[in-house]
Amino acid sequence: MLGYIWFFMIIVSIVCSVVTGRTDTLTSSVTEGADKAVRLLISMAGVMCLWTGMMKIADKSGATKIISKMLSPILRFLMPDLQPESPAMQAVSANITANILGLGNAATPLGIKAMQEMQRSSRLKDRPDPSMIMFVVINTASVQLIPATAAALRQAAGSSDPYSILPFVWMTSAAALIVGIILTKLCSSARRYKIG
Amino acid sequence: MDKLGIYAVPAIIAAIVVFGAVKRIDLFEAFREGAKEGISSLISIAPSLIGLVIAVNMLSASGFFDIAAALLSPVCNAIGFPAELLPLGLIRPVSGSGSFAVLSSVLEKYGPDSIIGKTASVMAGSTETTFYAVAVYYGSVGIRKTRWTIPCALAADLTGMLFAVWTVRLFS
Repeated sequence: MLGYIWFFMIIVSIVCSVVTGRTDTLTSSVTEGADKAVRLLISMAGVMCLWTGMMKIADKSGATKIISKMLSPILRFLMPDLQPESPAMQAVSANITANILGLGNAATPLGIKAMQEMQRSSRLKDRPDPSMIMFVVINTASVQLIPATAAALRQAAGSSDPYSILPFVWMTSAAALIVGIILTKLCSSARRYKIG
Repeated sequence: MDKLGIYAVPAIIAAIVVFGAVKRIDLFEAFREGAKEGISSLISIAPSLIGLVIAVNMLSASGFFDIAAALLSPVCNAIGFPAELLPLGLIRPVSGSGSFAVLSSVLEKYGPDSIIGKTASVMAGSTETTFYAVAVYYGSVGIRKTRWTIPCALAADLTGMLFAVWTVRLFS
C-alpha cells in the first residue's frame, strides 16, 4: 500500500512541477528532503528518548499494574465476553496500558498475544468476535498520555511551546475513542439481535 | 488552556520520578533503558521516514499542495475543515512515518505555533495509524474478514480530525 502511495507522490510531484514550471526547485528539493529527514531525526531524538525513558521508569515502578487495575471495570464493560482474570483479559489490559504510557515496543507483542488468546476462546475462527473488534478499534484510536512524536516534531520546528497541544490532544483522542467505542457496541448489538 | 500543557509536563515528570523513588527502583538505569528503546525505535523508522520526507518535500516543492488546497478549499470550507490539513488527514490512517513527514512539512510552512500548525499537531498526536493496527492484529491470527472494524475505526479517526479543528479554534 505504502509502495503505491510513495510512487504516486513522486510521479505527481514531477508532473506537477512541469505544469507549474518549478522543475528547478523540484530538483533541489530531492537532496534537500534527504538532508532534512536526517536533521529531523536528530532533533527529534532527545524528546523521544526523554519520554521513552520516563515511561520506562513508570513501567518499572509498577504504574502498569495500577493503570491495569483502574482499567479493569472499563474493560469488563467493553468486552463482556472475556473472563475478568483470563489470560486474554490480562493481555488486553497490558497492551492498553503500554499504549497509554507510549511504550510502543511493548504494546504490539502484547496486542498480538491478546488477539491469539481471544481467538482461542472464540467460537468464530474465520471472523473476529465482538471483543476482538472492540480491541482492534481501541488500538486504532490513540490513548497515549504524551504524544511524544508530535511534541518532538514541534520542538524540531522551533515551537515556543511544544506541549501547548496536550489538552487539545487529550480532548480530541477521548472524543475519537468514545465515538469508536459507541459505534462498535452499536454494530455488535445490532448483529446480535439479527441473529437472535 | 495552553498553560495546562505547560504545567502538565513537569507534573507528570515529578509524579513518575517521585513514584519511582518511593518504589526504590534504580531510576537512572530505568531511564537509560527506556531512552535506549527510544533510540532503537527511531533508528527503525529512519529509512521509511527518510524516503517519505523526500517524497513530501518533492510534492511541496512542485506546488502540488497549493494546487490541491486551492481546488479543494470550496468543499473543505463548506464543512469547516482547513484545506491545508487535508493531505495530513488522508495519510494519517495509512502511514505513521508518512503522516509525520507531512506534519513536519506543515509545521515548517505555517509555523508550529500557528492555528494550522497546532491543529495539525493535534490531529497527528490524537489518532493512530488505523490500517497498520488492523493489518498487524488481524494478520497475527490469520483473520481476513474484519466485519465492522474499519468503518468504526475510520469514523473515530474522522471524529478526531474534526475535533482537532474545533478544539484548537475554540480555545486559542
